[in-house]
Amino acid sequence: MPDVAKNALGDRFGKRLEEIRRRHRDATTPEAVAEIVYEVLGTMHGDISGPEAALLAEVEQIGRTIAAAKREIAALRVEDIKVAFIPSATDELDAIVEATAKATHEILDSCETLESVLPALQGAHAEAVQSAVTRIYEACSFQDITGQRITKVVRTLKSIEERIERIVSTFSEGLPATDAAPVSMPPADPEMSLLNGPQLPGNGVDQAEIDRLLASLD
Amino acid sequence: MDKNINVLIVDDYKTMLRIIRNLLRQLDFHNVDEATDGAQALSMLRAGNYGLVISDWNMQPMTGLQLLQEIRADSKLKNLPFIMVTAESKTENVIAAKQAGVSNYIVKPFNAETLKEKIEKVLVHA
Repeated sequence: MPDVAKNALGDRFGKRLEEIRRRHRDATTPEAVAEIVYEVLGTMHGDISGPEAALLAEVEQIGRTIAAAKREIAALRVEDIKVAFIPSATDELDAIVEATAKATHEILDSCETLESVLPALQGAHAEAVQSAVTRIYEACSFQDITGQRITKVVRTLKSIEERIERIVSTFSEGLPATDAAPVSMPPADPEMSLLNGPQLPGNGVDQAEIDRLLASLD
Repeated sequence: MDKNINVLIVDDYKTMLRIIRNLLRQLDFHNVDEATDGAQALSMLRAGNYGLVISDWNMQPMTGLQLLQEIRADSKLKNLPFIMVTAESKTENVIAAKQAGVSNYIVKPFNAETLKEKIEKVLVHA
């Protein structure tokens, strides 16, 4: 298509879309998008030129995509995700935290028993047992770290649940009614951005780097 | 270094409280109390006579950072040595803690030697 014709067509549709945009400031729902599509189609009178026909085909494709998205979302059975899948996953994760805490306390019980008999040992034997017990204490801090990691996973699952609810409420017309609660937004607390929990290897700084950083800030 | 001081350890994980308490006992610190969040710790600090706080960061309803800020803003507690022991290991965390007045910072998981070294360092300067 010659550039002049292309520009004229662009101007025409640009003006139409601008007018529609003015009337539909918050046009974020699929219904609003569909309405805009129909408005554009309604303005096309008389013979349709080649480029307009191509545009019409694209607009129809948008309509079909929206309809397909609505069908797919209806098939998602979002209530199953909200009511069964995510609560079940979070329960399982909570059970892991509880089980590892129980096991850790039992290990610590045994360590404390070993320490209580230390005075009966002497010299190298006492030192060896003490050293082993200390290493066990250090290793037991895994429970805190894994607990925090699991808490992060639970938060992620909750976030997925909220996003699904948001998508469903956007495409809600024509779907079975749900009693989904409004999506809750995290509080606007600046410290929240600092609470990221344990970092994967390579993402955080190690103790030596922290020591250097603190020294540089003195 | 006075090992008869009262030490308050603050963590929402009971296992971590127990681990730190046992490591402190190995270091001859026997006067150790525990709190499971910043708010409880603050009440205990205001009611008691403590010489050192060893605190986690990520706790509810009051975080370790908020506890530190409360301590530094309290005329009676402002000079209390405060060691943050946390899994939060990003540079911005260390900087935020330092700006709030942390005495030292230990990243979890840590070993007994690191705990000993940091305690000695902050108590010598206390």
